[in-house]
This record gives sequence, C-alpha cells and structure tokens, in this order.
Amino acid sequence: MRMLRAIFSHGSGRIGGVIVGVYLLVAVLGMLGLTPHNPITQFRVDRLHAPNSAYWMGTDLFGRDVASRLMAGIGQSFTVAFFSVAFATLAGTVLGLAAAWLGRRWDGVVMRIMDVLLAFPAILLALLIVTVAGPGTWTSIVAIGIVYTPIFTRVVRGPALSLKAREFVDAARTFGSSSSYIVTRHLLLNLVAPLTVQVTLALAWSLLTEAGLSFLGLGTQPPAASLGLMLSDSRNLMETAPWLMIFPGLAIMISILGFNLLGDALRDILDPKMRRAPA
Amino acid sequence: MTPLLSVSDLRVGFGRDRQANEVVRGVSFDLAEGETLAIVGESGSGKSVTALSINRLIDFGGGRITGGAMKLKRANGSLFDLMTATEPQLTGIRGAEIGMIFQEPMTSLNPVLTIGSQIEESFRLHRGLTGRQATAAAKDALDRVRIPDAARRLKYTPNQLSGGMLQRVMIAMALACNPRLLIADEPTTALDVTVQAQIMALLAELKRETGMSMIFITHDIGLVAGIADKVMVMQNGQAVEQGELNQILDNAQHPYTQHLLQDVPHFTNGSTTRSDGRRDKDASTEPALKVDGLVVRFPLKSSFFSRATGAVHAVDGVDFDLMPGETLAIVGESGSGKSTTARAVLGLVRSTRGSFSVGARKASAEQSALPVQMVFQNPYASLNPRLSIESILAEPVIATGGRVNVAAKARMASLLKRVGLPKNSLERYPHEFSGGQRQRLCIARALMLNPSVVVLDEAVSALDVSVQAKVLELLVDLQSEFGLAYLFISHDMAVVERIAHRIAVIYAGQIVEIGDATSVLSKPRHSYTKKLIAAVPTIDRRHEHFELDTRQVPSLVRPQGFEPAPARWEQFGRDHMARAEA
Repeated sequence: MRMLRAIFSHGSGRIGGVIVGVYLLVAVLGMLGLTPHNPITQFRVDRLHAPNSAYWMGTDLFGRDVASRLMAGIGQSFTVAFFSVAFATLAGTVLGLAAAWLGRRWDGVVMRIMDVLLAFPAILLALLIVTVAGPGTWTSIVAIGIVYTPIFTRVVRGPALSLKAREFVDAARTFGSSSSYIVTRHLLLNLVAPLTVQVTLALAWSLLTEAGLSFLGLGTQPPAASLGLMLSDSRNLMETAPWLMIFPGLAIMISILGFNLLGDALRDILDPKMRRAPA
Repeated sequence: MTPLLSVSDLRVGFGRDRQANEVVRGVSFDLAEGETLAIVGESGSGKSVTALSINRLIDFGGGRITGGAMKLKRANGSLFDLMTATEPQLTGIRGAEIGMIFQEPMTSLNPVLTIGSQIEESFRLHRGLTGRQATAAAKDALDRVRIPDAARRLKYTPNQLSGGMLQRVMIAMALACNPRLLIADEPTTALDVTVQAQIMALLAELKRETGMSMIFITHDIGLVAGIADKVMVMQNGQAVEQGELNQILDNAQHPYTQHLLQDVPHFTNGSTTRSDGRRDKDASTEPALKVDGLVVRFPLKSSFFSRATGAVHAVDGVDFDLMPGETLAIVGESGSGKSTTARAVLGLVRSTRGSFSVGARKASAEQSALPVQMVFQNPYASLNPRLSIESILAEPVIATGGRVNVAAKARMASLLKRVGLPKNSLERYPHEFSGGQRQRLCIARALMLNPSVVVLDEAVSALDVSVQAKVLELLVDLQSEFGLAYLFISHDMAVVERIAHRIAVIYAGQIVEIGDATSVLSKPRHSYTKKLIAAVPTIDRRHEHFELDTRQVPSLVRPQGFEPAPARWEQFGRDHMARAEA
C-alpha cells in the first residue's frame, strides 16, 4: 500500500503505474476471452475493414477483429514476459547469490558462463535457443528467460558481495547462524529493492524480445494472437490497411514506455539517497 | 584593524522550509590574521555547516544561507562580501584565499590519478603553471608537508600511501596557493593517534611559517589545546560559548562546555582508571578466556598459479588471559593486528596457529549458548536495515537452535530495558534509532546468549563524545551485573582509561607491553607505549611542541617461513611487563 502511494506521488511513476495497470487489466480480459469478438473467428465478409463502431480497430486480412486480437495478444505477450522474467529472476538470483556467497571457483565459473551469454545480442541468443528447441510459447519463455538471466546474476552478485562484507553478516557468524539463514535474511532481504527495479525494466525488454521472436515467426504460432505476430502480418498491407500496423505498434511502444517509467520511479523510490528528494 | 574574516549572525537552513530547518542559528565570530579558531561540537551541532558556509561550499550540499553577513579581507586589503559573491568570484577565492582540508583523505583524492598530477592541478588552475614548473612546484609542496622522498612519491597513486601521508598530501594541495585562511574540518579524526599528533604538529609549524589563519573543526576538545588561540563551542546550531583558549579551558561558563570538559572521557595518564579490578583478589579462578600463541598470517601470492612468496604477519604470537569480570583493553594503531586478534578469537578469521580456551562458566542447563560474543565498531553497518529489532534480537536464538518463545521474548524485553531502550523498540527498525541507541541494541543482541566474554571492537569509536561516555557507563554496569569479561579493542586511550582493568599494547602484530591499566598508563616502559601515550591530546598540554616524525610503520610482510625471535620479557611490578628492546 505504501509502495503504491509512493509510486503515485512520483511524477513518472504515476504515468508508468497507470499505463502498466491498464495493460494488466487488458491482458487479463484478453486471457479470459472477454474480448469484443472472438480473436480467431474470421468474419469473412468484413475483411480489412477500417476501424468503425463494430470493429474499433478494424479487421485484418482474414476478417478477424483487431481490437480483440490486440487484447488477446497483450495477454499472450504479457504471459510470456512475466514467466520469462520470473525464470530469469529466479535463476539469476540463485546463481548470483551462489557466486557471491561461495566465492572462489563458483564465482569464477558462474560469472564466466554469464559473460559468454551476455556476449550474444539478446535477440540473437533467443533466436538460437528457439531454433534449436522449436518454436512455441514455452520455448520462447525459456529462451527469453535464459537471455536475461545473466543480467539478474550480475545485479544480484554485486550487492551481495558488498553485503557479505558488512558487519551484520559478521555479527550473524558470531552467533553461529547457518549459511542459509544469512543468505536469505541478510543478503536476499536487502536485495529486494534492486531486484524490483530490475524486474520492471526486464519486463519491458522481454516484451520487446517476445515481439521480435513472434515477428520472425519463432514465438507465438498462428492462429493465436501476439503483438509481434500481428505486426509481422501487417507488413504487406501497410499501405492499404495501416491500422493493422499502427495499433499493435502503439501497444508495444506504450507498454515499454510504461514499464520504463515505472522502473525509473521504483529506482528513485527505493534508493535511500533519493528518498528525501522532492519528487 | 579589520579582522581577516568577520562572520555575524550566520544562519543556514536545509530542505524546502529553510527557516524551519535551520542548522546554524545565528553564529558570529571574528578571526584576525594569523589566528586559529577552533570550533568544537558534536555531530549535528552545525560546526561543519558553519565552515562550509564560509567558502560557500554549502550551496552544493543542499543548504542555503538564510541570513547574516560574512566579510573576508582580501590580500589587497579590500573587503570581499562572501554572502553576495557569484559562483565565478567564489571559485577565485576558494583555494587561492581560503583553503580547505577534510576528514577523510582517502575519499578526498581521486584513486586513479597519481598524487603528483592532483597536486599539479591546483597549481595549474590557480597559478597557471604548466609542465616541469608544475611538477617542481608539486615536489616543493610535498617537501613542505615533510613527505620524505617527495620526487618519487609524486608518481604514487593514493592507495600506495597511508592515511597520514594522504592527509599531508591534502594539506599540500590546500596550501598550494598560500591561502591566508585554512579551514580544517576534523582533519585528524580518521587517523591514528600518533599520526594525528604529527598532523597537528605539521599544521602548527606551517601556521608559524606562513602566518595563515586557521579554522579548526573538531569534536575533541582535548585536541584544541594544542593548536587554538580562540575556541567556539557549538551546540544545536548556536555558539554557546566563545573566547580565548585558556579562558574556555580553565574557566568555562556554559554548562555544555563544562560537560564537554568534565564528563567526556579525557586522558589523564592513568590517574582515573577503574579500581574494581579482581585480578589480585582471587588467583584461583579460571580465566574466562585464555589465548595462547595466537598467530594469524595471510599468505601472499603474486599470481593465481604461483606459490606463496611470503605472508602478512597480522598477528604474530599473542598470548593473554582474561578473568571473569575483567576488562582487557587491546590498544594499538590501525594495522597493528588488534582487530585481527579479536576476529580470530571469534573465528571470523582463521588463525594460523595458537589455541584458545574459553573458561568453564557455570552456565545453566538450557543455555547452549556460545560463550564469546562481539559488538562491532559501526552501529550503522552491524544491524540489518531490513529486519525489525525483534528479528535482530531473535537471530542469536534461532542460530543456536532455540525457539523464539515467551521466555526468549521476555529476555528481549528485559535486555532492551536494561540497555536503556524504550519498550516499543521491538517492532521498530534500525533506522529509527540514533547511533548510540543502535550500539545499545548491538550490546543487547550480544547479551541474548548469555556470553561470558564480550569482544568490543572499537565499540564506542563511532559515537559522539557524550554518547560515548554513557555507553561506557552502561558497559561497566553490565559487566558487574553479569560478571562479563570484556576484550576491549580500541585506539582511543581516553576511552581505554575509563574502562580497562588491564591493558595490552600491540604493535606490528605483537604485544609489546601488558599489565595493570594504571601502571601501564602512568609508567609506560616500552618505547612504543611511551610514544603512543605522548601522542594523546589532552587539555593540559597547551601549545606543546610535537616532534615531527616521518618514520613509516614497519611492513608486516615477511618472507616465506620467517619466524620472529622469541620475545624476552622484562617484569615491572606485579602485573606489568614489557617486551625487551634491542
């Protein structure tokens, strides 16, 4: 509750919060099928209809309602984004904590693997994994998750190393606290703030990566809707039916903007040094 | 004659409502040429803010000067209004007319540039020197602050120099343009006591040489005696008392000044040590802690694959015993191995050799507690900011396999009450407490497991002087109440004098002198102990001349397989011995 109030009293946090909130609502409606029309029903007579009162955002080449597909697509894209970021957060946190806490060889091995993963451009690595494992929703979740794991590993390892050297960790050792207690209560608890910020920003990137994969035909498979897929389908009709491109394009852009604004706001709010600064 | 600097009714506020958040509330003083004014106060008294207002650096720290007047007499005799000056004008004043040195020399210098290039920069900026000229000027500047081998040191980066050397570099930079006013903001607080004495001596000597004026800010009224002409005591943003040095020290009028002079620990050469020592009374009791031949070495490797080429001998053969209810203070300077000794006792550092025995204390059956606990130096870093006080106090219980039940909660409540914290503390978080309160929390946490020995590693060093006195009082009370044995690690002789029964002086990883506190402090035998005690500032030594000593602490790095020669001890009196010197 306090967090929400802080977000809404922060300038860009308010905008980002509202955008993300609206998207979440739309995503839930899309996933529950509460769309104006069925997103995969083809209204053959109404093919390539411009936006009107029946089809708010027009129809596509097969006569499917763009607004409904957009809602379903947002639902789909958000699902992939959330699961892949959850995967990356979990894997990155575990690996980062292990590297920081165990140190020495663990640190070396884990971080070198992460360096290798980071050396690939995100979309290229995701493409590689999807190509090997075959396209589909779950493979894209895993692929995007793996792509963003190194970032979380680094975000966790750095602060964990410095927390490890703090006196309260030494104090815990003098009581004989177990490693698992120290790692969860003293390290992890203090990492919640940087992780929250990172999660928000990673959601934006993974939305973009998912759109990219689908655009290339390696993510969500037709006839299911996804933002990237819709953009891809709109390519050849750009001039005759611009609404096919404009709406999913805007949807991607605004969602990324929303998550970035929210991430910036969270970074400000959670940074103790910024706490007193006027928002 | 117009004074060099005249400040009247200075007011400085912070935040949006500057009138309400005034940190400096109407401070006035005059400073004549060649005079030194010491501003004394505890943290939050506004002493640093006052100093930063003079060269208007406060503008960058979020503060605003809300009222008053500040006039500086420039070198050409004209009066310069510091209040209305524009930023470009002030840039010309800073460095050239008003130099400044800060508390932390380690963080005031850029770690990736050589000190030479950093000193040269101030010559380039203010005097327009370039190339060889600037280098030569930088070397002269280092010579001036008595840094030996100056030409070579110019090429060093800050991490290659000790804290005392770095503070000299800072002074050299501040004096690069011969400012007529030097503002020194706690310049020796981060330094060891012998290094502090040298910096004080250097400042006094430079003042004599150049005839500059100085504003010296400190929390330690003992330090004032050696350097100041005038003293201003600040509390809560106001100057509660100001006057000539002797008048303030001998005949203080304001109760706060009297409190600073009397209640706060001051060093008195062993005449105010504790008299409740137990060592003589019953010789038959088991020591609470016995350390035998403790050696801690850190092997040095030049690369990952090569074998160790040598070792840092951090602790090199330390023995002592500690009786129940007794305080043994381990004193020494940074790098002497005193903290390593403490950490080795607790198992935080692996000891290379040596044995500990923690005496059998009559512990009741349900307590499977660890008998040694520790209180750390920094009360801000030793409590996890994200845990409530209840979770913090519960940790030792959980760690030893206990349950946080009614009995444990009752113990928390009683300990909190005992260390003087409010009842509702349990649900609160560390940031809601002041430094002194946090240290009380740390003490309560250390006592949760009913230890017989408590290691206090610089436990009061980070606290304000008057808070320090109260925490020391608490420690003494707790000691007699629970029969605790304290291993008290400190660099501060005044504090040690208040709490120690016995003192061990440690130098370069070895105990050089150990014995009864009164005896060691009043009649030191080892040359290092003598030097250490001579360096402690006291209010009785006024304008005393310190010898400048440019010797460096010996390196603790030894070749592989090196063993120190066995110590020969000389006995003085019943409980006092010192290592024989070659």
